[in-house]
Amino acid sequence: MALQSGEKLPMFIGHIWSKQKSRWTLLGLRLLAFLAAAAATLVMVLNKQTKTFVVATIGTTPVNLTLTAKFHHTPAFVFFAIANGLVSIHNLVMIMMDLLGSKLNYKGFQFPMIASLDMLNLALVSGGANAAAFMAELGKNGNSHARWDKICDKFGPYCDRGAGALIASFLALALMLLISFLSILNHKLVNSSSHNSHNNIIALPN
Amino acid sequence: MAKTKRIIITILLRLLAFGATLSATVVMVTSHESAEVMNIKFSAKYSNSPTFKFYVTAEAIATGYGLIVLFLSSRRSFDRLIVILDVVIALTLTSSISAALAVAQIGKKGDTHAGWLPVCNQVPKFCDHVTGALIAGFVAAIVYLVLNLYSLHVFLTPLFPV
Repeated sequence: MALQSGEKLPMFIGHIWSKQKSRWTLLGLRLLAFLAAAAATLVMVLNKQTKTFVVATIGTTPVNLTLTAKFHHTPAFVFFAIANGLVSIHNLVMIMMDLLGSKLNYKGFQFPMIASLDMLNLALVSGGANAAAFMAELGKNGNSHARWDKICDKFGPYCDRGAGALIASFLALALMLLISFLSILNHKLVNSSSHNSHNNIIALPN
Repeated sequence: MAKTKRIIITILLRLLAFGATLSATVVMVTSHESAEVMNIKFSAKYSNSPTFKFYVTAEAIATGYGLIVLFLSSRRSFDRLIVILDVVIALTLTSSISAALAVAQIGKKGDTHAGWLPVCNQVPKFCDHVTGALIAGFVAAIVYLVLNLYSLHVFLTPLFPV
């Protein structure tokens, strides 16, 4: 898509979404989504806590037991880390392509590829975030019917860091949803202006 | 000709997804088993776990949505809204199936680091029932994803010179 700087569509009632502004908005949103997903991955991968418990006392010497909580003990958290890593790589590639890719010429094929990849990565990050969320809920509340004890009262900081990673991942999910819709809307707007059909302009607030 | 082919493919995919979500809901709701092990009564129902309750709710919403859209798919004016709602429902289905799979995997294998014992040895029939419901939900999620990609392809094709 050749860029015309600051091209404005014909004036109608209300504000009009200019092509230049929408391109930078989309780029900014993708940067935010990349940062959120990368933060979620990093916080989850570096999440570890070691704690020593006194299990028994023999005479006067206490018997200690050292337990470690690491993220790779739980398969759901491993899936979470991988999913968020893939999504952050996807956003990085999309940013690079937007900034540097205007020299490559594959006009008809580019947009369906971007839209489909966006949708697939949206499903991926949604699956990862929700699996980790319910596993965290199980760790926080336990399950009395299955006789599973909660672990968050013993490993408080581990649970807090996991919660932070989850929040970052849900933020990335919301941003990716917004990006998917905006990029499809943006492309439809640009194409209908280049085909000069005045009736199809969608007016969006600034 | 292309339009009737498009309509037939869409209706077939929606019927398949409707059947899958309906069977996932019904099989999960009817799964319950009681077992007595050494004087302790183990009773397993889907409502013992918030994750499975979320799963049943999400699949039920998807079933209702599928039924409504099957009757509406001939009206032109709802096209854009149906595409957007399809994306939302597909996201909900993928999240519910992944959450249920995570908890079911803990139930089957346990988690030695957290001291959680597997429950499938005590209630094997419950576990099989839940496995069936999860497979149906997985099929439903994949079919909705294929439906979304197909709608995207159909929706965007008139805009390209390809």
